[in-house]
Amino acid sequence: MGGSLVVAFHLPFARSAPAQKPEFAPNAFIRIDAHGKVTLIMPQVEMGQGIYTSIAMILAEELDAAFAQVTLEAAPPNDKLYGNPTFGLQVTGNSNSIRAFWLPLRKAAAAARAILVQAASQQWKVEPTSIRTADGEAVHEASGRRLAYAALIDRAQGLTPPKDPPLKNVQDFKLIGNPLKRLDTPDKVNGKVVYGIDAMPPGVKFATLAACPVFGGTVGHVDDAKAKSLPGVRQVVVLNDVVAVVGDHMWAAKQGLGALDIRWNEGPNATVSSDDVWKQLRDASKTEGAVAKSMGDVAKGLAEGDLLEAAYEMPFLAHATMEPMNCTVHVTPTTCEVWVGSQVLSRAQSTAAKVTGLPLDKVTVHNHLIGGGFGRRLETDMIASAVQIAQQVDGPVKVVWTREEDIQHDIYRPVYRDTLSATVSNGRIVGWKHHITGSSVIARWLPPAFQKGIDIDAIDSGADIPYDIPNLRVEYLRDEPPAVPTGFWRGVGPNNNVFAIESFMDELAKKSNKDPLAFRRDLLGKAPRLKAALELAAAKAGWGNPLPPRTGRGIAAQTAFGSFIATVAEAEVDADGEVRVHRIVCAVDSGIVVNPDTVVAQLQGGLIFGLTAALYGKITIDKGRVQQSNFNDYRMLRINETPQIEVHLIKSGEAPGGIGETGTTAAPPALGNALFAATGIRLRRLPIDRDILSGKKPA
Amino acid sequence: MVSLRINNEVKNFDAPPDMPLLWVLRDILGLTGTKFGCGIAQCGACTVHLDGAPVRSCLLPVGSIGQRAITTIEGVGATGVGAKVQKAWLDLEVVQCGYCQSGQIMSATALLNATPHPEDSDIDAAMAGNICRCGTYVRIRAAIKHAAEA
Repeated sequence: MGGSLVVAFHLPFARSAPAQKPEFAPNAFIRIDAHGKVTLIMPQVEMGQGIYTSIAMILAEELDAAFAQVTLEAAPPNDKLYGNPTFGLQVTGNSNSIRAFWLPLRKAAAAARAILVQAASQQWKVEPTSIRTADGEAVHEASGRRLAYAALIDRAQGLTPPKDPPLKNVQDFKLIGNPLKRLDTPDKVNGKVVYGIDAMPPGVKFATLAACPVFGGTVGHVDDAKAKSLPGVRQVVVLNDVVAVVGDHMWAAKQGLGALDIRWNEGPNATVSSDDVWKQLRDASKTEGAVAKSMGDVAKGLAEGDLLEAAYEMPFLAHATMEPMNCTVHVTPTTCEVWVGSQVLSRAQSTAAKVTGLPLDKVTVHNHLIGGGFGRRLETDMIASAVQIAQQVDGPVKVVWTREEDIQHDIYRPVYRDTLSATVSNGRIVGWKHHITGSSVIARWLPPAFQKGIDIDAIDSGADIPYDIPNLRVEYLRDEPPAVPTGFWRGVGPNNNVFAIESFMDELAKKSNKDPLAFRRDLLGKAPRLKAALELAAAKAGWGNPLPPRTGRGIAAQTAFGSFIATVAEAEVDADGEVRVHRIVCAVDSGIVVNPDTVVAQLQGGLIFGLTAALYGKITIDKGRVQQSNFNDYRMLRINETPQIEVHLIKSGEAPGGIGETGTTAAPPALGNALFAATGIRLRRLPIDRDILSGKKPA
Repeated sequence: MVSLRINNEVKNFDAPPDMPLLWVLRDILGLTGTKFGCGIAQCGACTVHLDGAPVRSCLLPVGSIGQRAITTIEGVGATGVGAKVQKAWLDLEVVQCGYCQSGQIMSATALLNATPHPEDSDIDAAMAGNICRCGTYVRIRAAIKHAAEA
């Protein structure tokens, strides 16, 4: 059932062949064969965050395998064996891979090691406690005897793994904590790596497609005479909602698609505009929401001290993964084979099964290294469309979305409106009310997690705000935008909460006549780890040192994804409101770190991802259509606009925190606060508005 | 019948002259190291060399190439500078998802071939056409300088 991709880094790329002799497979994550090959099965997908390497390090550490000899294999679709413990299904997302798998993997590997030690102790007739393991070997110091794990696997087969094997002490880690080189990167610099879009099953045809430019529209009439006459065009597939052209190569398919005369039934969304979206959201935000957190007496608190109220808004955003959406499918009357890069492997399989009506054990999904996930590949819509197309094609067909279709038929980061009210007195916050309005992705994507009107993701980092606030209420109101489908986008819930809260904290600091750093620091009495990160970031950034005119420093502190991060941005604004970000300094307490270099890389990359959104990111709607289409009008930050970035890791013995999305959520408020420091102008909407910064428009 | 010199080999195939090199490489010749990112020369993922100069293959019609030598990511490592760039990329662990990196490496190699000791402004100019969604720019800049010193 299902298939698996064997990614061998020290052996030729090969599918897993049936073992010649029985392998030792004590659990779902580890296999050792008679030749000593140690195969580690990856439950999570690699999309650039370095998780393959980190998971391999965790397993190899407790197993005491020789790290240089491990081979990695992607897990097949199987929620029972490989489901993310947090979600109960295979999901790579929410910066949670290490947090979720830290103990389960360590226990699995430690249990495997314990069995091998037991096998050696039986072989040598010595106490297990007299045996140590290292680099794939069991060693009996007293007699100098050693045996490679490979030599122990026969004896190990019949032994029962201990339920609670002892785990290594942190100070005994040999691999974990070191910046080991990533296992997937060598093939990513020489053209050998195979992403979903590179799959080439023999005889594959190539297809591209168009959906109705208006959300929810359907196909009316297709005149395909001209398209079919073009060389290389093999077939036109007309579905209810999309039209695809199949050809000998992508170029023929694209030419064919361009030659189609398609009349669309635009449907009910043909007049929806961004104005409608904002009006609806703003109206909705006036309604009380479900209470996510309540402490003290908010009404009393808000009547005491100086009151400040503000509303913050964030736009729709597209994911724009560098690898556009694609899926290759081969449907026969009895089977369905899929090649794709997915963050939700079991859902990929069940989607294909649902569309074809085939049983799961006839649906094979080959997952791939992913060319950018960012939450887009937590959805299986592209798989459903590709399977539907493939049902009408003989042989395998690779369906590739053009960048325009990818951007205009995304599942977007929702719009959010956060309204905040607070009172301050003598530099302290007395009352605080935070009302979050926005789409609930969770209600659609994981309905059991949407209870009593609360979307646990939309309130994330909002309800668990780290500051000392005696009277507090956090509310969430679900509002689904007209027409536009919404989904998870890197940073998810914390994106809107951290931006709103850290911008508002800066405004409260101003109201209190306090320095933004000092104001926050004095309110972090119950959050020592965040306070330490705040002080370190400020120190490293030279907080308080003089800056040239029109240049400002902004600070933002966040508890998000289980990590504590403070960020200082330095930005300059010119007379036209153009922004130049000079430097970002970040201090990170992420608990025990498996691979420090991947943490630094994720912060560097995440900060740039968040900066891109803050500076340029917006998807606007007009006549029911997305107005942006490609990188010419959906602008990305490039190397020449990238600030200097410094990341300082705080050593910690606490449980590992998540990292993948933390930079994304940190950059926008740090930037907004820097822009205020530079100009005295407070921006409460993203992306930044240069006309407001230049004074052409009021704030 | 079109005949092209790719990575020091002659490849013969059938393709319309207006077909972009990108799709010939990927779909006809199976050289999938060169990537599709946007199709309008805005992202740089499709960068190859034409007689050593960086070009966006998504907009380069095969009929216009003639006898000029094409180098792709699959072949650039056979050159001294290309190999240095690939090694620098791994030494400094530049890569995250990796999808843009074929294009980044091709642009960086062309830069170093033309300007062996580039300043930041040279790097800006040569590399601004290559988008990295994962944000590896800080390390790309450092790796180019590292390769220049190697």
